[in-house]
Amino acid sequence: MKELVAFSLLNGVVYGLLLFMLSSGLTLIFSLMGVLNFAHASLFMLGAYLSWQISRWVGFWPALVLAPLLCGLVGAGIERFGLRRVHRQGHVAEILFTFGLAYVIGELVIMAWGRNPIENHVPAAIDFAAFRLFGTSYPFYKVLMMGISVGMFAFLYLAFKRTRVGLVIQAALTHPQMVGALGHDVPRLFVLVFAVGSALAGLAGVIGGFALLTEPNMAANLGPIVFVVVVVGGLGSIPGAFLASMLIGLLQTFAVAIDYSWLDLFRAIGLKVSSDSLLREVWSVKLSQAAPILPYVLLVLMLIVRPRGFMGTRET
Amino acid sequence: MRVPEPATRPLALELVDVHKRFGATPIIRGVSLEIPRGERHAIIGPNGAGKSTLFNLMSGRLRPTHGAIRLDGADVAGKRPFRIARRGLSRSFQVTNIFPRMTVRENVRCSVLWSLGCGYSFLRSIERLRNANERADETLERIGLTARRDALAGVLTYAEQRALEIGITIAGGAHVILLDEPTAGMSRPETEAAVELIRSVSHDRTLVMVEHDMSVVFGLADRVSVLVYGEIVASDTPERIRADSAVRAAYLGAADA
Amino acid sequence: MTARGRAWLAAALLLLLPWIPGMQSDSSRSLLTQMAIAAVFALSYNLLLGQTGLLSFGHAVYFGLGGYASIHFLRAINGGLPIPVPFVPLAGALAGLSFGMVFGALTTRRGGTVFALISLGLGEWVHASSLMLPSFFGGEEGVTASRTKGPHLDGLDMASQLQVYYVTAAWLLISAALMYAFMRTPVGRLANAVRDNPERVEFIGYNPQRVRFIVFSVSAMFAGLAGGLHAINYEIVAAESLSAARSGAVLLMVYIGGVDHFLGAVLGAVAITWLQVSLSDYTTAWLLYLGLLFMGVVAFVPGGLAGLAMMHLKVLRTPAMRAIARSYLVALPFAILASAGLVTLIEIVYRRATQPEAGALMKLFWIPMDTAKPWPWIGAAGAAGIGAFALARAWPRIAAAWAEAGEETHARA
Repeated sequence: MKELVAFSLLNGVVYGLLLFMLSSGLTLIFSLMGVLNFAHASLFMLGAYLSWQISRWVGFWPALVLAPLLCGLVGAGIERFGLRRVHRQGHVAEILFTFGLAYVIGELVIMAWGRNPIENHVPAAIDFAAFRLFGTSYPFYKVLMMGISVGMFAFLYLAFKRTRVGLVIQAALTHPQMVGALGHDVPRLFVLVFAVGSALAGLAGVIGGFALLTEPNMAANLGPIVFVVVVVGGLGSIPGAFLASMLIGLLQTFAVAIDYSWLDLFRAIGLKVSSDSLLREVWSVKLSQAAPILPYVLLVLMLIVRPRGFMGTRET
Repeated sequence: MRVPEPATRPLALELVDVHKRFGATPIIRGVSLEIPRGERHAIIGPNGAGKSTLFNLMSGRLRPTHGAIRLDGADVAGKRPFRIARRGLSRSFQVTNIFPRMTVRENVRCSVLWSLGCGYSFLRSIERLRNANERADETLERIGLTARRDALAGVLTYAEQRALEIGITIAGGAHVILLDEPTAGMSRPETEAAVELIRSVSHDRTLVMVEHDMSVVFGLADRVSVLVYGEIVASDTPERIRADSAVRAAYLGAADA
Repeated sequence: MTARGRAWLAAALLLLLPWIPGMQSDSSRSLLTQMAIAAVFALSYNLLLGQTGLLSFGHAVYFGLGGYASIHFLRAINGGLPIPVPFVPLAGALAGLSFGMVFGALTTRRGGTVFALISLGLGEWVHASSLMLPSFFGGEEGVTASRTKGPHLDGLDMASQLQVYYVTAAWLLISAALMYAFMRTPVGRLANAVRDNPERVEFIGYNPQRVRFIVFSVSAMFAGLAGGLHAINYEIVAAESLSAARSGAVLLMVYIGGVDHFLGAVLGAVAITWLQVSLSDYTTAWLLYLGLLFMGVVAFVPGGLAGLAMMHLKVLRTPAMRAIARSYLVALPFAILASAGLVTLIEIVYRRATQPEAGALMKLFWIPMDTAKPWPWIGAAGAAGIGAFALARAWPRIAAAWAEAGEETHARA
């Protein structure tokens, strides 16, 4: 039992940090440009595939650097050659553009690597045990993941609050023309922001590709959960995204381990539910089966109780 | 600070020691104002004094940090704007705030719907609502946009949009009208036309107006309040305000007075 | 032409469509039926997107739930309930309305981006839940029923595709007429106002959330009705009817068709349904083409197909039309060249990536090619490159012709 709790805790934290890596990049782009980048999870997927490909050519450690860089370049290209035309049409058009882009990137990935999952095993360089807990070893790559995401958080925090560029970018969100009039190249700033956000997604993909199955559906599977994180945490808040990521990460990981349903609970307290009751089916769903939908349940609860999320500001 | 004369008429709007703070920054620091029914009241003051904030507080866009705001004696502080609008207070915006993708006629017609008791009805075509159409056309006539009724509001010229802005504000027949810099950016002839329009629509109603153009203020207002750094430093008839040395120092200075 | 006149024209068109030479096979009529179903769904979606400014990524929830409700209703009819099959979509409409009101009360509190994300989350939730509750949703295989087993209305036994088409077309006409009328009521007009400026709506005395809620419920109702039509046509409803893919498809349809015009949704439904059905016969890369088309429309043609058509109709009889037509003529061959080159490249790469076992030989545009050799690659790349370059050079002429047309209209106005 202790073992279960300890490992679920660790794994939950790792999954939560993965979600955070993704949602922080998304939040970055959203709060600085107002664009909700639907293709963010697609760049995550691209990072996973690219790192696998590059690892095969030059090894894992270069891939860890090159894959995110390439994703950053792709992001820069998207903003410079695509999204830039769409900004003047408003936020709905921007979301739609990235929505179409998600489809296109997904298909391009299929074109390059086929429809089947690829054998993205943990590379030998990081495939060893970090420590032993209760007799079972805990893999190093997961510790690496934790380290990278903590590093990301620190980087983002410092970049915003402590650098000049961060300050300028913050100003450019609400007053782009003024910032432009002061001599800053706002379009170029946007390219930078989009590139950095995409690179972060790519970095998450490099590591995430081992933890999850690397296949063309990756983006579609993880994408909605990242959006839930962002709404629950409060749109535009990175600390909120952190909180929400950890909550959802832990919630889902623990839920998967719990093989009980409401029906079991009822039975334990002596409540009888007749076998032809309409909702019996609902009650008999085990928590482990329901784990995939828990983030959405949380979303709805959050909407009822506190629509702006954990740390969101009152307006979108 | 000059104490205003005790009000003998019923009060349309009453602000009692209203404060508004944004975070740690106080913008409105204890404003008290009494505006009787039927008065034309102007609020003037240097930029950054808090005039738009005051309007936002009165119309429900912002909630006061503390203090009371009463409309016809009823407490409206912090209420949603649509509740305040339903009680008969209507406001215009300094930055034109119209419905750009709808026609001019549609803009005005939507503004009359609530006052005619249409509610959220979806069982009759809007074309069949004779009252709504008549009232809309009347308003269009008053603001001089009948010729442009079928144009999309977004393609109007600046002055036309300002006129539409006023049209949307008055169409519903509100008895307390707040106008936020209605003549901003207008040329002299446009301003004179606007003043005539404002004079006619505020006949028999209560008007509160934020303005920078002193000729408009002194031509229209029954009383003027001067807002400086979130406080009212003077509140009196236009002549006495003009002559007040403290007001001059704080605001009018050597400008056209 | 008045709205009434247009409605009669539409009815006549729908009546005659299945008799056009070439459309008389069962498979063509099935395609027409699919298009009609998609049109109802798309029109319901445009109530949200085009009319109220609400971007939803989960509208298939109401389509699917309406479909499931209808298929269960159909089963009840199979089991003896004395209601003729053509009335089944009403069950879908009722289900759509009910769920629309329940979920809508929750989700329409916010607009804009938050609404979009919530709709996404809710859609995923319902889709995932459908696999957990097999008694209502039928698990992986879905739920089936028969459309022929029930009381027959006037000899209408629903056995032939033609009959199914006519029932569907009738519902399309009714739904379109009702939705059109709805948009002309006070709430419908206020929906436009909420789209344009939700804040100002409050200052004219209305609660924008309430307006959104009402439109949302009506939209969900018609989506459910479309689901019912789907149930009748296919005699089966499965989890894919609730899926994110279906939500995405209707979004694509409406946006590509054009959100600003009422019939844009119908245009988009027809075009995308045709693409989905026909294109997938020719190429496995059809989703890529669809995605690229969508991105192109968002970036370059935000008015969609309907907007494009309207734009051209306006200049049709004017003198400027000649300059425009000429500029198109010059650009056309290069556009074809560039597209052919691009498509060839995509097809070659796609074939090699997804069907390596099919070998290197393939036939494209009636030209056999050996993809192991360099020449198809070079040829395609060259065609794409030259075409694109020439197109870029021809573009200013097109832009100038349109600018002139714009000036003329201004001068006349």
